[in-house]
Amino acid sequence: MKTFKIGGVHPAANKLSADKAIEVLALPKQAIIPLSQHIGAPAKAIVDKGAVVKVGTKIAEAGGFVSADIFSSVSGKVMKIDTIPDASGYRKPAIFINVEGDEWEETIDRSDALVKECDLTPEEIVAKIKAAGIVGMGGATFPTHVKLMPPPGAKADCVIINGVECEPYLTADHRLMLEKPEEILVGTTILMKAAKVDKAYIAIENNKPDAIKLLSEKAKDFKGIEIVPLKVKYPQGGEKQLIDAVVNRQVPAPPAIPINVGAIVQNVGTAFAVYEAVQKNKPLFERVVTVTGKSVAKPSNFLTRIGTPMSQLIEAAGGQPEDTGKIISGGPMMGKAVGSVEVPITKGSSGILIMNDKESKRAEEQPCIRCAKCVSACPMGLEPYLLATLSAHKDWESVEKECVMSCIECGSCQFTCPSHRYLLDYIRMGKTTVGGIIRARNAKK
Amino acid sequence: MNVILIAVISLGAIGLIAAIVLYLASKKFAVYEDPRINQVAAVLPQANCGGCGYPGCNGFAGACVKAADAGSLEGKLCPVGGAAVMEKVAGILGMQAAETEPRIAVVRCNGSCENRPRIAEYDGVRSCAIANATSGGETGCTYGCLGCGDCVAACKFGAIHMNPETGLPEVDEEKCTACGACAKACPRMIIEIRLKGKKGRRMIVKCVNKDKGAVVNKACAVGCIACGKCEKVCAFGAITIANNVSYIDAEKCKLCRKCEEACPKHTIHAINFPPRKPKPEVAPEAAPATAKPVEAPATPKVETPAKEEVKVNESK
Repeated sequence: MKTFKIGGVHPAANKLSADKAIEVLALPKQAIIPLSQHIGAPAKAIVDKGAVVKVGTKIAEAGGFVSADIFSSVSGKVMKIDTIPDASGYRKPAIFINVEGDEWEETIDRSDALVKECDLTPEEIVAKIKAAGIVGMGGATFPTHVKLMPPPGAKADCVIINGVECEPYLTADHRLMLEKPEEILVGTTILMKAAKVDKAYIAIENNKPDAIKLLSEKAKDFKGIEIVPLKVKYPQGGEKQLIDAVVNRQVPAPPAIPINVGAIVQNVGTAFAVYEAVQKNKPLFERVVTVTGKSVAKPSNFLTRIGTPMSQLIEAAGGQPEDTGKIISGGPMMGKAVGSVEVPITKGSSGILIMNDKESKRAEEQPCIRCAKCVSACPMGLEPYLLATLSAHKDWESVEKECVMSCIECGSCQFTCPSHRYLLDYIRMGKTTVGGIIRARNAKK
Repeated sequence: MNVILIAVISLGAIGLIAAIVLYLASKKFAVYEDPRINQVAAVLPQANCGGCGYPGCNGFAGACVKAADAGSLEGKLCPVGGAAVMEKVAGILGMQAAETEPRIAVVRCNGSCENRPRIAEYDGVRSCAIANATSGGETGCTYGCLGCGDCVAACKFGAIHMNPETGLPEVDEEKCTACGACAKACPRMIIEIRLKGKKGRRMIVKCVNKDKGAVVNKACAVGCIACGKCEKVCAFGAITIANNVSYIDAEKCKLCRKCEEACPKHTIHAINFPPRKPKPEVAPEAAPATAKPVEAPATPKVETPAKEEVKVNESK
C-alpha cells in the first residue's frame, strides 16, 4: 500500500467521534464572522452597522488576488464591525450579526436532491467557486479559485482529493465522506472539469475502511475517479506528502508549488463545498466541525454555521469537562490552543479538541542527546534540531540556508523527541522571522 | 653530534629566512591605521555593546575619526560613556563634542499581575520572541509585556531585571546606558529609549495598547483608552494620540504633570518627582521636596467629571 517516503510519525488515532453522525447545530444568538478566514489579504466589509442580511448574503469582498469573499451565515442585523481574538490569540476585525430567524437568499437551492449534470465551462466554474468564497477546508484555507488558475507555463494533469484526515481525533472529513459520498464525487468531477484534467484520485487512509468501500462503490458511476487507499502515517494530509504518496512526484523547495509537478490537491470538504456552490448556488457559510476529547461527554460532529462561538459547540457536546487543561482549535498535532472559548468557527476550523489536565501538560525540556530522531521523522527532510538551535541563537542567515521556509509545522519532530524539546516553538519563531526578512528583501528589489 | 649540529643549523636557517620574509612582508604590506583610532578607542568603555550603532568600540572610534575629518561629530554618541567620554573623544580629535542629553530605557507597560489579570497560561519556551510568534500572550492585552525577560537577557550591563511581584521588567537608572539592546530585543516594542529629563524627571505613558477603550478596559486596569484628556490638558502640544494610544514627546514636555492628573486610568506616570503637596491646585513646576508623603485628598479637577475622580498616584 502507498504512503509518502520521507519521515512521518504514528500518533495514536483517538478517533472518538468516528461513528457519530453529523448533527445540525442550532443557530447561535450572535454570529461573529471574522474578515480574515483565509491565507492572504483580509476581506473588506461591504455592509454597515444596521444592515439587514440573509443567510448567504455577501458581507465582505476579497481584499486582493489571494483572498476570498465572505458570506453571512445567518439572517439578522449587523450590530457592529469590531475586533475579536481569533485562534492565534490576536485581535482581528470581524462582523457581528445578531440572529433573527433563518431566512435564506432565494437563489440558494435548499433541496437535498443530487444534481449530477454540470454544463458550465471551466472558466464559469472557477468564477462560481470564486463567487462562493470557497477556500481550502483542510485547515490551510488557501483560496480554491486561485489554486484552479495555474500560473503561466504550469499545467495540471490530475486532481487529488484529500480524504486522509491524518490528524488524530478529527473525524469531520470521515463523516462527510460517509454521509455525502455522491456529492463529493460530483464535486470532484466539477473540480476536474475546472482544472481541465481527466484524472482524479481520492486518497483515504486505510483506517477508514468504511469510507474507502463506500466511495469505491459509488465511484464506479463516475469517469476518471480512482480511490487510493493509503497506509496510515502522519502527516499524510500535507499537500506535498500526499502528492508523493499518490502519484510519486516530489514538489521542489519553495517557491515551487504543487501545480509545478502537475497536481492540484483539494480537501474532501472543499470538494463538497464546490458541489454546493456550483450545483446549488450555495456560498460557503457552514462546515462540519468535530468536537472531541477524552473527557468530553459526547464527542460529536456538528454541521456548524461559520461565526458560531466555540462555547456553543462545546456546550452541545456535553459541556466543558471539569479537568479541562487546554482547548485546541484544530487537531492535537497542528492545532492552536485558544485563550478564550468565544473564538468563532471559521472556514478553516476542522475541530475543537479538549485536552484534560494530564494530557495537556508539556514535559520538561531536556538537553538534546543528538539521537537524530527528529531528522528521521521530518517529512520535509529538514534537520529540526539544527533549525531550533540556530533559531534560538537568532542566526537568521543560517536558519534561512537550512530551508526553514520548507517547514510545514506538522510537529512530527517535537512529537518524536525523547528529550521533549520544544523544537517547533523555536522553528516557528525562525520561520516567522525569516519570512519577514524575505518579504522585506523582496519589497526592496 | 654531527646530526644534531646539522639539525640546529638547518632549522636556524629556516627560522632566519622566515623572519626576514615576514619582516619584509610586514613593511611592504603594512596597512596604515590612523593612530587616533587607537587613542579614541582607549577612552571608550570597551563594552562593545553596539549601542552607538557601530560594530563595537573600535568600529565607533573609526567612525568618530572619519566624522572628525569630515568636520563634525554630530550624531556620534557613545551611550555608555555619555557626554564625559564624548568630550574626551572630541579633545583627542580637536573637535567640539556635539551636545547630547542623557537618555534611558523606559518600559511602557504597567500590566502587572494585579492590573492585568491572566486569562490563559503560556507553557512554551520562556522567550518573549517565541511567545509573541506563537500566541497572543497570557492576558487579554496583545500589546503588553509578555514577561519572559528577553530584555533582561539582552542587557550587557545588568541594568534591567524582572520584578517577581509585578512580572514586569524594571530599569536600574544608575546602570542603564541607553544602548537600546533591550528595546531591540522586545518583540512588542514596549521599551523606548527616551530623554532622561531634567534631574531625571520625566513623564511616561505606560501603555502601548492600540485596541479600543472598551477592549483595553476589559484587559487591564491601567491601560490607555485614548480618551484624549491628556491631549486636551497639555498646554505645550507635547501629547499626541494616534492608533488609540497616547504618546508624550519628551522634547516638548515641560514636566507640568497636568496630564498625570487628568488621566482617569493612571496610565501616565511622573518619574522621579517629589511627592505632591496635598493642595488641589499644584504649581505647574515641580513642587518642593518638603511635601508630606501623604496622598492628596480626592478633589475634583478642572476638566474631569467628578464621578471619575480617584486619588492622585504617588510616584517614586
